[in-house]
Amino acid sequence: MMVPILKQGHVLIATIMAALSDEDMRQFREALLDRVVTSRASAVIIDVMAMDVLDSFATRTLREIAYMTKLRGAKTVLVGVQPEVALTMVQLGLHLEGVATALDLEEGLAYLDRVNRRR
Amino acid sequence: MQQTHRDLLPIDAAVELRRELVAHLRENRTGLREEWVLRITGAQLLRAMTNEEIFAEATSVYDNYVEALETDTLEALQAYARSLSERIIPRGVETDEVVGIVLLLRDVLARSLFGKYQNNPSKLNRVLDAYEPAANRIANTVAVGFVQERERVISQQQEAIRELSTPVLQVRERLLILPIIGVVDPHRARQLTEQLLRGIRTNRARVVVIDITGVAAMDAAVANHLVQTVEASRLLGADVIVTGLSPEIAQTLVNIGVDLGKMKTMGDLQGGIEVAELSLGYKVVPATQAEAAV
Amino acid sequence: MAPPCAIRVPIDSDGDIIIARQKGRALATELGFSPTDVVRIATAISELARNVLSYAASGEIRLEALNSRNRCGLAIVAIDRGPGIADVEQAMQDAYSTSGGLGLGLPGVRRLMDEFKIDSAVGEGTTVSATKWCRR
Repeated sequence: MMVPILKQGHVLIATIMAALSDEDMRQFREALLDRVVTSRASAVIIDVMAMDVLDSFATRTLREIAYMTKLRGAKTVLVGVQPEVALTMVQLGLHLEGVATALDLEEGLAYLDRVNRRR
Repeated sequence: MQQTHRDLLPIDAAVELRRELVAHLRENRTGLREEWVLRITGAQLLRAMTNEEIFAEATSVYDNYVEALETDTLEALQAYARSLSERIIPRGVETDEVVGIVLLLRDVLARSLFGKYQNNPSKLNRVLDAYEPAANRIANTVAVGFVQERERVISQQQEAIRELSTPVLQVRERLLILPIIGVVDPHRARQLTEQLLRGIRTNRARVVVIDITGVAAMDAAVANHLVQTVEASRLLGADVIVTGLSPEIAQTLVNIGVDLGKMKTMGDLQGGIEVAELSLGYKVVPATQAEAAV
Repeated sequence: MAPPCAIRVPIDSDGDIIIARQKGRALATELGFSPTDVVRIATAISELARNVLSYAASGEIRLEALNSRNRCGLAIVAIDRGPGIADVEQAMQDAYSTSGGLGLGLPGVRRLMDEFKIDSAVGEGTTVSATKWCRR
């Protein structure tokens, strides 16, 4: 599997290791949503540090994942977006509503911690 | 091989001639190089370099020159010209000096060929026909290589100066301030954005305050850059507060379709910092209270 | 080593989109584009290649290194023999904002690049050309 999904407490951590084809992205989405259900995760962190391009398809998939996990009562956090990739996404006009963002895995976990403490 | 016209050499004959003159230049390397170095110092070129340095560089230039003549290709020479330029530009060598020394070498070698073939005028003509265009190409390549490298260095220096004049400040842990002052053109806007995003990553910032109190006006293109900066920062996990928004700039933003309701803004930098600190969990207490608590 | 003049990548399947953009990335890096511009070019290639695949099932991406007045550049040409675009004007409207990424994404590609051109005829196919120049 090109995207290992680990579990840490109630948080699923998916690390995208390399360039994913559209078909790979679809499979990843299915696998992740499956795990969200079976593990009753409260949050999902998706690490895209290794992705050198985040185009419209990838962005749409991430939005879909966020939407579906939200239906399951879980939060999605996107981490590891490279500065150049962030600039390009914004210029391309891609939006990621419904997805929280953090700098990296460490920050993502800290963010979820803060959110939980506030509850 | 029949020769039909003096100026049109069959390929084999031209190659053969080139081989002959290259061999001559290699055999007489020491003497010709010495003569060249004498001409260089005589013409007061490469004043910034010591005699040892001139000799060392002259040796490499000579060998690369002859090799370029031999292979009739310029790639290796271009690469050499670049690395030579990288070495001598910091020493303060000027363009006229580089062009000067290459032309001097061309002349020294040409004279040597005159000397060798002076008793055979028709052969001398053929040798020069083979030598001149190649020598001119070489001179051109080295000069252009030097100029390009200089331009690259100058542009790098300008970039460094620009970077110094637009600091991203870390005020508190996780809190960055980017005060923008003066005129912002698209190039500077792009540079500011890249610096800010790098800063967010380095400082692991969660909040950024961009203060544009010092910016008089902003056209739609630059306003767009500002919006993109805010959005890109969010993708890196940093929240952005824009402070010092003048009514004019606010209008420009509205005109390009920005929903100001969605953008976090404060009247001034101080207010922005306070809001940022609160959101980061810092409690700001008046000095007297803090002293009493100790 | 001088960069190659033109690279052609056939687009017939998913994986070809990645190949096209990786070649684009390599060429852009070799030409000396800034890291952000390299990403812009690779992303533009990805979008254009995906269009070829989605709307025409097959076609090709051509990447060309340019040199004009001592400035270097990279040209992307996406060619397909698909159904063609009936209304190019409409295709160039920004469909991204609310519909969340539907449409051809062409206005976005135009924003990423410096020059942009579409030639399309219904029933004949589409050619999209986009060029980016190195910034000084």
